[in-house]
Amino acid sequence: MSELEPKRAIDGAAEESIHIPIAGPASLFTQLKGFWVTFAAQFKKVTTVQYPEVKEPTAPRFHGRHQLNRHPDGLEKCIGCELCAWACPADAIYVEGADNSDEQRYSPGERYGKVYQINYLRCIFCGLCIEACPTRALTMTNEYELADDSRKKLIFEKEDLLAPLRSGMLQPPHPYYPGTDDQDYYHGRVTEAHPSQEQK
Amino acid sequence: MGLEEKLPSGFALTTVEKLVGYMRKNSLWPATFGLACCAIEMMAVTTGRYDLARFGMEVFRGSPRQADLMIVAGRVSNKMAPVLRQVYDQMSEPKWVIAMGACASSGGMFNNYAIVQGVDHVVPVDIYLPGCPPRPEMLMDAIIKLHEEIKNAKLGINRAKIIKEVEAAALAAKPTIELKGLLA
Repeated sequence: MSELEPKRAIDGAAEESIHIPIAGPASLFTQLKGFWVTFAAQFKKVTTVQYPEVKEPTAPRFHGRHQLNRHPDGLEKCIGCELCAWACPADAIYVEGADNSDEQRYSPGERYGKVYQINYLRCIFCGLCIEACPTRALTMTNEYELADDSRKKLIFEKEDLLAPLRSGMLQPPHPYYPGTDDQDYYHGRVTEAHPSQEQK
Repeated sequence: MGLEEKLPSGFALTTVEKLVGYMRKNSLWPATFGLACCAIEMMAVTTGRYDLARFGMEVFRGSPRQADLMIVAGRVSNKMAPVLRQVYDQMSEPKWVIAMGACASSGGMFNNYAIVQGVDHVVPVDIYLPGCPPRPEMLMDAIIKLHEEIKNAKLGINRAKIIKEVEAAALAAKPTIELKGLLA
């Protein structure tokens, strides 16, 4: 016995207890058992979702593409505070604010977001921007089909992100609802646009 | 116009370009190239629920020489970049690249010294796919958009012309590494 050999057989007790079966073809019954699994699978319910034709709805709070919301009369909720850009861990958001005036009013209050860009190639859809937004201007939709063929197309501008104008909304810039100020907007007292708000 | 007017109805006429495009789009062979968490979603795409086999591309080839689609799934570190380029060079023409996820497309949240800021610094990318990671449906959507691109690809002289145009545009364009702002 050399020095390198393992010393397991010192007592002589382990020598006869190890039995290794010789590999060969499995018995017919074993083979049939295997085929049965394959055969029975064709009677199971199909789990495949036929994706491009059938689109399963996502979870209701799925983090998809962003949306910039509007007040019920069409004024933008975004006030250009840049808190979303500060919260973003991937530096995907770029905001430039500008001052509102009574002639050019885009949002209630002093300021509005003049430039608003989200780079979807950087965005990780974490939702920290939504948590940071003080006016609930920024929320997320369930839309997820975003793939495109160039970097430029995946930087979404303000026009791409703004919510569509629904009935009763007017395209900003336009003045406040008659007899209200920004506080009325934040308390939800403005429910629709007034005809006098339309700017020529 | 010509021959097609004399043929009885029921004959499908098409150009070689369209036929080749149709066949190429339905026989893509993706290379196994998972780099990070996006690879998990890439694997999920081949499972029964999503079933990439419906598009004729469920077999991920282990060898790049048998593959013609590279799905870069995950962040590419500077050390991995030459490897990625070699795998791409070993693939046979025609070949396509999908940058899957934020990190592969632009570096994502990893804007640091270790990560390549987008695989388009290393290989030409056909489809960028945002998401962190993108859900399997998003990858399938990217693949369908790539199919559309392949289907409308040109052949012969037209292809040579497009390649020349793309090269001229690439020479005129700003290098990716010098891009500033959100494009970086």
